[in-house]
Amino acid sequence: MAHRWINTLKESDVTPEAAFLNRRQLMAGAVAGVGLAGISGGRVRAEGELQPNSYEDITTYNNYYEFGTGKGDPARNAGALTTKPWTVKIDGLVDKPGDYNFEDIMKAMTIEERIYRFRCVEAWSMVVPWDGFELADLLEMAGVQSAAKYVAFETVLRPDEMPGVRFPVLDWPYVEGLRLDEAMHPLTIMATGIYGKDIPNQNGAPLRLVVPWKYGFKSIKSIVRITLTDSEPPTSWNKANAREYGFYSNVNPEVSHPRWSQATERPLGGGLFAGRQDTLMFNGYGDEVASLYEGMDLAKNF
Amino acid sequence: MPGGPVKVIIDGINSFARRIPTWVVYSAYLIPAVWLFYQGVYGGLGPDPVKALEHELGKTALQLLIIGLCIAPLRRFTGLNLIRFRRAIGLLGFTYVVLHLLVWAFLDVQSLSRVAQDIIKRPYITIGIAAFVLLLPLAATSNNWSVRKLGPAWRKLHKLTYLAVILGGIHYIWLVKGIQIEPLIYMAVILGLLSLRLVKTPKRGPSARPNR
Repeated sequence: MAHRWINTLKESDVTPEAAFLNRRQLMAGAVAGVGLAGISGGRVRAEGELQPNSYEDITTYNNYYEFGTGKGDPARNAGALTTKPWTVKIDGLVDKPGDYNFEDIMKAMTIEERIYRFRCVEAWSMVVPWDGFELADLLEMAGVQSAAKYVAFETVLRPDEMPGVRFPVLDWPYVEGLRLDEAMHPLTIMATGIYGKDIPNQNGAPLRLVVPWKYGFKSIKSIVRITLTDSEPPTSWNKANAREYGFYSNVNPEVSHPRWSQATERPLGGGLFAGRQDTLMFNGYGDEVASLYEGMDLAKNF
Repeated sequence: MPGGPVKVIIDGINSFARRIPTWVVYSAYLIPAVWLFYQGVYGGLGPDPVKALEHELGKTALQLLIIGLCIAPLRRFTGLNLIRFRRAIGLLGFTYVVLHLLVWAFLDVQSLSRVAQDIIKRPYITIGIAAFVLLLPLAATSNNWSVRKLGPAWRKLHKLTYLAVILGGIHYIWLVKGIQIEPLIYMAVILGLLSLRLVKTPKRGPSARPNR
């Protein structure tokens, strides 16, 4: 069942293509005009003002370490990834385990646009107009068994096509996980497009998770396996550094990363003199998701 | 020290280097800094110009400090004499550290109270600031008057560079996510160059003395 969640951001908030391609220049012009006034200005956060980032920003500034650790590396190197054909293995505690062909999944799902805030654990943020379907629909298609409590995800691992995996930056393949109720939440989607186009490889083609109230690294890219389990699955950044990255990794301005504060963030696309803005609890999706964590100590379960 | 054709080449470079004024070195590094800032303002540094500028300045600072460490061993082991550029390299390194710090404080963090909190609470920032503080007296005494005034103490004082560069290298390793190769390479180079200082100079026999 699609359309469980209605965007507060409207279609008209999406920048028209001609304009988004030129936004960088417009911004630069504006900055030059305003001069240093922007330094102390800071951005006012009003829902109506929230504007998706340009297609260029979204597709040239990525963390996808399998293609290199530089922000521009994925856009440079991810072209080598073969995404056709693509199958997603769904297994574990499901009624219909098996290899699901990407094309077949797309035929069965309803694609809708979701304009979400995207908050990286590194304290920068964007607004992204995703196209995709609800993860719940895919899980229902496979038939979740009652014993299932968690969902584990795995990214494709192809050393021939991924220059970044030559270095043990992380323990490859990249793996992530959600609690079943988080996975079934209507905000949780599998994204297959951006701005109405097929999602580019550097953003996680052909399908990736998007969990807008969690730090970006939870939204695992280029998924080849989904496993329903009864115990909490391992997650890549938690394995790399458990002190810094927890299983939940909900956006939380009150819980600092050990090496930097999470109280504020730098919204990208505003140029050199853009102000920081306050980070919102659950990245602004508290009304929808806070109830999932009722009674939990979020400083402990970070 | 090498002899034969290698010595001819090195002598050639030395006499060429003697003719290059130091302002050439200053310009070679200060013009790119201005260009980098210009690019940041006009959208040439990508979606996150603040981080791009901050990281580029910090990395160049570390590179300059490493180049500074190369000069003494180059002269000692190869006879290549670039000592007259060392002050320029050191002061440029310090300048890039200051620019890196300013961009971090005013364009990235944007609040002096948060800057203070970060220095106290975030060890990798504490270490970076410590490196900056160590460089302050070195920059202040990088002039002929101080060299004369301090005499042999000047050399001792300027050995603080070693500690500052090590702290800079740790700062870099510590700030990245995961195990990344680039900061580790920087650290290996730093430690390699510093270990050259531990090599004892062999006693020179009569044959090693240049014939003049």
